[in-house]
Amino acid sequence: MKFAVLVFPGSNCDIDCYKAVEEVGEPVDYVWHTATDLSAYDCILVPGGFSYGDYLRCGAISRFAPVMNEVAKAAEQGKYILGICNGFQILTEAGLLPGALLRNTSMKFRCHDTVLNVVNNQTPFTHDFAENEEIIIPIAHGEGNYYCDEATLKQLQQNNQIIFTYKDNPNGSLADIAGISNEQGNVVGMMPHPERAVSELLGSADGKRMFTSILKAWRDTHGTASVR
Amino acid sequence: MLKATVYVTIKQGVLDPQGVAVQGALHSMGFQEVESVRIGKYMELSLNTDNREEAERQLKAMCEKLLANTVVEDYRYELEG
Repeated sequence: MKFAVLVFPGSNCDIDCYKAVEEVGEPVDYVWHTATDLSAYDCILVPGGFSYGDYLRCGAISRFAPVMNEVAKAAEQGKYILGICNGFQILTEAGLLPGALLRNTSMKFRCHDTVLNVVNNQTPFTHDFAENEEIIIPIAHGEGNYYCDEATLKQLQQNNQIIFTYKDNPNGSLADIAGISNEQGNVVGMMPHPERAVSELLGSADGKRMFTSILKAWRDTHGTASVR
Repeated sequence: MLKATVYVTIKQGVLDPQGVAVQGALHSMGFQEVESVRIGKYMELSLNTDNREEAERQLKAMCEKLLANTVVEDYRYELEG
C-alpha cells in the first residue's frame, strides 16, 4: 500500500506523518502541492501546519493548489484521504468535507493531549479501535472549533459521519466534534494529531492504530496476495 | 479601472469569538453601551476593467469561491469609479 503526504508551503506536520507511515512499514512519498498526478497512491495524508500562513482563512488558499484537483479525483475513486488539523481545514474549504473550522471560543491556541471518544469504529480509519473507546491524541490549533448548520449536523449524526468527539471540549466545537467523515466514509478530517501519538515514548501510541486500520482496510479490499 | 471594496463578516447566528472578546474588553473599559461586536475583513481590489456589469459578476465569483467561506461568512461589496 502506498501513502502520499502532501506538502504545501507552510505545512509542518508532514515529517511526522511520513514517520508515522514508516512506523507501520509501508512506502510513503512526500508530494509537493504542484503535483498533478496522485494515481500511484492508495492513501493521501493532508498534514497539519500553517499552509500559506493561514492567510485569508486557514486552508482557503491551499485548496486551490493543483494537487487538490487530484485529491478530489482520488476521493471520488474511493481512495482513503485523511486530513489532520490544517489538512482538515483544507478539506472543508475544498468542500470534500462539510462544515467549517472557526476560531477556538477561548481565543487561545490549545496545544495539549486530549481524550477522544471513538464514536464510529466501523470505518477504514478506525477499525482497530473499540466502539466508544477513549483514546489519547494531542491537539495543537487555534482554529479547531467545528461548525456546521443544523441540517448538516443531523446528516452527520444520521450517517454516522461523526468519527471522534472530545471528552472535554477544548475549542467550542459543535457537538464536541473532533473528527468527521464524508458520506462515503473514505475521506476523514480531524483536528487532533494521530501522527504525534505513534509511540508510548511520545505519551501515547493510540494514534498508530489509525494507520494500522487504514492498512488493514486496504488489504481487506485488495487481497493479501496483491503485489505491494 | 474600478475600485472594489469587499466586506466579509461571520454570519449572524454563528459565534464570533473575536467579537465576543473585544466586546468584553470594551465593557471592562466602561463602554457599557456596547451591545455586540462582530469582527470581519475589509478588502480593497483594483479591477482592470471599466465594464461595471462584468466587474460585478467577476467580483461575486471571487467572493463565492475564495474571499468568503459562505458556510460561515456573509459578504457584501461596493464598486466605485
